[in-house]
Amino acid sequence: MTEQASRAPGLADGVSPLARQDAVPVRHYGRGAVAVLVVAVVAMTAYAFAANPKIEWPVVGEYLFHPDIMAGLTRTLLMTAMGMAFSVIGAVVVALMRMSPSRIISATAAAYIFVFRGIPLILLLIFVGNLGLFVDRITVGIPFTDLQVFSRPVQEVLTPFAASVIGLTLAGSGYMAEIVRGGLLAIGRGQREAAKALGLNSLRTTRFIVLPQALRVIVPPMGNELISMLKATAIVSVIGGGDLLTVAQAISGSNYRTIEMLLVATVWYFAVIALLTAGQYILERRIAER
Amino acid sequence: MTAEPEPRDARPMVSIENISKSYGHRQVLFDIDLTVAAGETVCLIGPSGCGKSTLLRCVNNLEDIDRGLVLVDGSLVGYRVHRGRLRELRENAACRQRTQVGMVFQHFNLFPHLTALENVAFAPVRVRGEDKAAARTHALELLESVGLADKAGEHPSRLSGGQQQRVAIARALAMRPKVMLFDEPTSALDPELVGEVLNVMRDLATRGMTMIVVTHEMGFAREVASRVVFMDGGRIVEQGPPHEVLRNPRHERSRAFLSAVLR
Repeated sequence: MTEQASRAPGLADGVSPLARQDAVPVRHYGRGAVAVLVVAVVAMTAYAFAANPKIEWPVVGEYLFHPDIMAGLTRTLLMTAMGMAFSVIGAVVVALMRMSPSRIISATAAAYIFVFRGIPLILLLIFVGNLGLFVDRITVGIPFTDLQVFSRPVQEVLTPFAASVIGLTLAGSGYMAEIVRGGLLAIGRGQREAAKALGLNSLRTTRFIVLPQALRVIVPPMGNELISMLKATAIVSVIGGGDLLTVAQAISGSNYRTIEMLLVATVWYFAVIALLTAGQYILERRIAER
Repeated sequence: MTAEPEPRDARPMVSIENISKSYGHRQVLFDIDLTVAAGETVCLIGPSGCGKSTLLRCVNNLEDIDRGLVLVDGSLVGYRVHRGRLRELRENAACRQRTQVGMVFQHFNLFPHLTALENVAFAPVRVRGEDKAAARTHALELLESVGLADKAGEHPSRLSGGQQQRVAIARALAMRPKVMLFDEPTSALDPELVGEVLNVMRDLATRGMTMIVVTHEMGFAREVASRVVFMDGGRIVEQGPPHEVLRNPRHERSRAFLSAVLR
């Protein structure tokens, strides 16, 4: 840059009048145009739903708090909570197994992750839901002896609800094991070494030093997993899991208000997800503070 | 501080006998013998990769050794003798043994999710089952002795490197170790923070703590060490009082190293 060009006019004679004004920012006309376009598309889509003569919105309102819908919603929430709780426990166990120095244990965990992450959830649910087709009885006892603690027909134990929770847990724990493992690996070797030098055994090191720190890495993606799990519960309708969507579809089977009933379910999913998102935001902020 | 003043007698606190170690095909320690008497401060110096950190880590069994013995205060580290053979200790026995040896790392390795006080009081409570209140009182005393009583409630991320390293020293002392190991304790510090850490270490040495220090701080070695050990290529090249080894190194390699460092 030449000295001439960098000089504002009048700068040499004390304070320039330019120094007393605000500069004019660059105008982004393209941004404004895109914004108008986006608003237009959103408004048109909303209008298409709101003003569609084939959708009877009063029916949506009428069924929103229908006892069957409420029961379905409760079951969906219960399924999500149980599926998530069991998945997290399973994920921690599988992640620790995956990191075991024993190749056999580690390979078993890797195979578990491969299978249950690889298989589509819908397929997994149908398998578990139809377990009775290839297994007759569930028996707990000591192999090769007659000692049996528990033996019942599969159909009796494996209700659609139980099958749904098991399916969600198998898939969820496979996914989340990798998240947990990532969190555990994010903790530097130095932390384990320092704990070891202080005389902590590996179990205590994991429990008191590694896991609490890994949690900060693990919790944010786990929030997403929880939301995914909630949405995934809709898939259990293929085995009649009794969830929100199953119930909504059952009602539309008798009143022929298919779209309205789907909207009822959609409203509830949105409501719960909004709550979960708010919770996730608060939790993440609290973790970031520390 | 915890160490009771002891006369510098000849009682060996750490005996390293003929140890060798390889990482895969690369041998890093060759038949090393070293004895450190109670109350002695030994500085290990040498070019990087010479095996001094590995040797230090063998003393508290953070590294396996391929051959040879390490004894701390007369008892075998990492092994027990059973029917005339060495048997590796089970994890919990090995852990109990490590509590006798304090270790300070180059990168402090404080637990970031705990406050300074919790860092110091953690192991006494969790490992030794000390009473919580007593452990906290002791931890506070230790923090005071390293000049950080006012930082007891801070998390490590709020402390400077020098302060973190002093907390790390207090944390190691909380287990009332017989020996303190320092692995380049000032190498990761900004130059103006080195002094405060060295002061704490000097203080410990004068109180009679047995110390092995891997360091590049020649000034500290000259002033505090009772013995300087120069290593190169996985072997001890020469050792002796600091004024001899640092002023008049006898070997070509130590001369070359020292002239490069002291320049």
